[in-house]
This record gives sequence, C-alpha cells and structure tokens, in this order.
Amino acid sequence: MAELTNELLVQALQEKFGDQLFDIHEPYGLVTVTTTRENIIPMLQTLYDDASLQFQFLTTMCGIHYPDNKGQELGVIYLLHSLVNNVRLRIKIFFSEDDAVVPTATNLYATANWMERETFDFYGIRFEGHPNLIRILNVEEMEAFPMRKEFPLEDQTREDKINTFFGR
Amino acid sequence: MELAKQNTQIVTPDSYMQELTTLNLGPTHPATHGIFQNILQMDGEKIVSGVPTIGYIHRAFEKIAERRNFYQITPLTDRMNYCSSPINNMGWWMTVEKLLGVTVPKRAEYIRVIVMELARIADHLICNSILGVDTGAFTGFLYVFQEREKIYEIYEEICGARLTTNMGRVGGMERDLSPVAIEKIRDFLKNFPKVMTEFETMFNRNRIFIDRVENVGPITAERALNYGFTGPNLRAAGVDYDVRVMNPYSSYQDFDFEIPVGTKGDTYDRFMVRNEEIWQSLRIIQQAMDNLPEGPFHADAPEFYLPPKQEVYRNMEALIYHFKIVMGEIDAPVGEVYHAVEGGNGELGFYLVSDGGRTPYRLHFRRPCFIYYQAYPEMVVGTQLSDAIVILSSMNVIAGELDA
Repeated sequence: MAELTNELLVQALQEKFGDQLFDIHEPYGLVTVTTTRENIIPMLQTLYDDASLQFQFLTTMCGIHYPDNKGQELGVIYLLHSLVNNVRLRIKIFFSEDDAVVPTATNLYATANWMERETFDFYGIRFEGHPNLIRILNVEEMEAFPMRKEFPLEDQTREDKINTFFGR
Repeated sequence: MELAKQNTQIVTPDSYMQELTTLNLGPTHPATHGIFQNILQMDGEKIVSGVPTIGYIHRAFEKIAERRNFYQITPLTDRMNYCSSPINNMGWWMTVEKLLGVTVPKRAEYIRVIVMELARIADHLICNSILGVDTGAFTGFLYVFQEREKIYEIYEEICGARLTTNMGRVGGMERDLSPVAIEKIRDFLKNFPKVMTEFETMFNRNRIFIDRVENVGPITAERALNYGFTGPNLRAAGVDYDVRVMNPYSSYQDFDFEIPVGTKGDTYDRFMVRNEEIWQSLRIIQQAMDNLPEGPFHADAPEFYLPPKQEVYRNMEALIYHFKIVMGEIDAPVGEVYHAVEGGNGELGFYLVSDGGRTPYRLHFRRPCFIYYQAYPEMVVGTQLSDAIVILSSMNVIAGELDA
C-alpha cells in the first residue's frame, strides 16, 4: 500500500464524498475540508472504518464564530489524525446561529464527550445525542456563551469609563 | 432471646439495606494537587461511580488571547501546564513562526530543545515523586526537588524567571545561553544521573511501592486512543506515539533517542515510562550541548523580533520596529495553523486562526490534561479510594492545563 500523503488523501476524499465537500485547501500542510452537518457523522464514520485511511484519533475539536457570515455564523472544527499514516485532516462545518444543533460524535470517540461539552459551554452549540451536555468550565447558572464575538473583551483604549470607579 | 437471635442472624448481601456513601474528593484535597472535584459514590471502600467537576481555575485564556498581540500570549501559555512552562512557550512561538513563515536558526532550535527537555525532566520529576508521596514515600520527593530547583536556576539564568518563564521570542530566544547557564547545564548533566539512579533504586523494585501501583488503573491501548490519550499515559498503554518523532519540530530529527512504551497502561507502567523518558531527555540534552551550533540565536526578522534596547536608542530603524512591535502595528498574514509539541503530558496543540489583524481571530489550545482526564471515572470504578488517589497522581493532571 502506498503511503498516504496529502495528495492521496484529497483524492480519496473526493472519490468517497465528492459533492459533499467544498473548499478543499491545504493551509500550512494540513488538508482542510468543509462539509455540511448532515454529512459530518457518516463522514467521520467512513474515515474511521476505511482500512487505508484509519482516521481513528480525534485530536481536538473546537467551535468558531463568524458573526458576519449570515446564515453560517457558527462552526465546529474537527481535527483528526490518522496515527497509522501520520496524516492530519481538518474538517469544518458551518451552520446558522438560530439553529445551532450538531449530531454528536461521542458514539465514535469517547474523547468527544468533553470536547463537545466545552464547545457547547463557549459557543452554545448543542450536540444532539450527547449523553451529558452540560457546561464544563463555566458555572452552570451562566446564561451567555462567552466565546461568541458579541461579547468583546474590554477595549484598552475606551474612554467612557470613569477612573475613580475603576481605580485607574 | 433477642440477643441470641441477633447473634445467629445470617447476613447476606440482600438482607441489609444497601446504601452508598457520597464522598467529595476535592475541590481542595491535598492529594489532588490542584483544584478539581470528584464526587465519588462509595460502597464501603469501593468506588461505584465518579463524577469529575472541573473549571475551578478557568481563566478564559482563549478569550483573552483574542485581544492580545502574539507576544502577549506567551504569559498565558505559561500558566497552563505550569510544571513545564518552557514547552508551552516554545510551542506557542513555533505556532506563530509557522504562521509568519519565520525560519529559526539552528542554534536557537538547539537551545529550545535543551530548555524543553529540561522542562520535561522537571515535569516528570514532579509527577513521579508526588506519586511516591501519595503512596507513602516522602523521601524521594525531597531528594529530586533539589534537582528540580537546579533546573529552575537554569531557567532563571536563561530568561530571568523560574516558574512562569515567558521564555523565547518570535524567531528564537531573547538572549543567548550565557557561560553561567552553560556551566549550570553541564553541572546538571553531571550530577543529575546519580540522583536519578538513587530515585529509581528507591522505587523501581520496591515491594511496597509495586504493591500499591501494579495493576492499578490499567487502560487498554484501544480505550486510551479512543479517549484521546497522548504522551506518557498513552505510551504506557503500549502505543509509541510521540510528536517529537512523528512530526519533528525544532530539529528533533537531529537527535538520537528512544521512546519507552509500557504494556499494561497501569500506574506502574506510567511511572516507569516517565522515568525512562527522563533518561532519554538527558541523552537529548547531552547531544544538544555537545553539538550546539555556532551562529545567531534568533532569526533575522526585524518586523517581529524586538531589537536590543541599546539599538533602539541609537538606531532609527530599530526605534521604528520597536514601536511598531510594541504598539501592534504589524499585521500577521491571514491563515490558520495548527502546531503540536510534545508537552509534559502529551500532545500540546495550538490552533491559531488569523484574520490578518494584530491579534488571533481564534486561538484554541489542545490541552492534553483536559482530554485525558475524562477517562478518570472509567479508570477508578471498582478500585479503592487509595487507588483513586494514586491513579490521579500518575495521570499527572495539572489543574492549570485542565481548565485553561
């Protein structure tokens, strides 16, 4: 079997998933593809089971927020690693803020449990089928999803604050 | 008569009311070495289930990083795995360098390797010696902490700080290794093996220690991979995954070292893998010191590397660059980059999305502790409370990295 390289991986992905993929590129040597959330779990499953690919290690997973992309504000990024071939793959999905529901990957990877809880905690993305989707790092009473861009950190140059109150 | 009845009553498992005890292990328990809670359901001494609660020292680093320049993010990385902060610092600089396309000179890479391996030794020493404390042997802890102190003195000589080092710059180091630092590293290389041998003699074949740790908290390679284990914990389960070999960074391909693996993934294997890694780290440092190349200790990247202070006062270009860097006038290229280093606990990854501004658009840390700590309930069920402490200790969960 030929050693899996990025080119072969892109080829294999195109053969297997074809029109489900868009925006295939390779920033800094890491194959990055975008798909839809309907396809994400079947795709992860296929990548997991395929004998030549074997993407069985979920390195990490995180959310991202682009408030200006109307209709596709929120995203989840999966970073997979095929330890056998030593090739990494990044898969992104984007969806609307109003309908932030993604199927869970916990059935495939036990490690997705806390990663999904963290993503939910910070971005309010609900993972359908997750066994225990509660906040993990923030307090449970919190109402906001703090990593979203509508909560900017304090601007160091703002002038509307009265120094007497804030001790500066 | 009643008394006689009581004495002859046969107690079967079903005849008395079964009641579980809820035990709060933490948040501030001396044996958890950090602030996190485990709510354990106990049946006598046996653990029936465990629910970890984390986030007690969550400091929102990912959010803070979105408003900070690249060089202001290193202090945040210090505070993740504070037992081996130089590795975090270097990992972050390498991520930035990858994004900016800066090539680091060989000497700087070697200095980084030396510092990172020293940090790995310090990290593993803490983990293993505290495992000793948790099993009742305090002596080893005291002995090796003296050596850890020497590692901290080396840090101090290189960057001026001890625990939260904030070491390095974009493109290299902030200053070259001083003669004193070189001497201290050489002294360490000469004296440390004796202490390490002593430490190993005390534990490796110690009957009491082995009884406490062997077959405690084993995890199979399949489960470990499924749980996203990396680092010594995964290698103890028998998988030889090491970022330093799989995706060499910072000239690790130049060095000759071995990756120790265990077989059962139990606490004893984790202990032994860490011990052996300390020896391998020593080998790497020795090679790096022997072959330390001459040359500059930082890249020629004036747009990102702060000029020396005396230049700023005399030279106009240096003054301009100094202001541009400090005021955050220099924009980074648009792109996304993932870089992983082998941290003390496993694959420490930085996922940086840049939209071209002076700060990251999104920065995500792949924190090995956070990812493998979720296997803890599965590992402690069915064991005794004292084993749960030992398992926690051998997994080397660092609260700062867990919560970020």
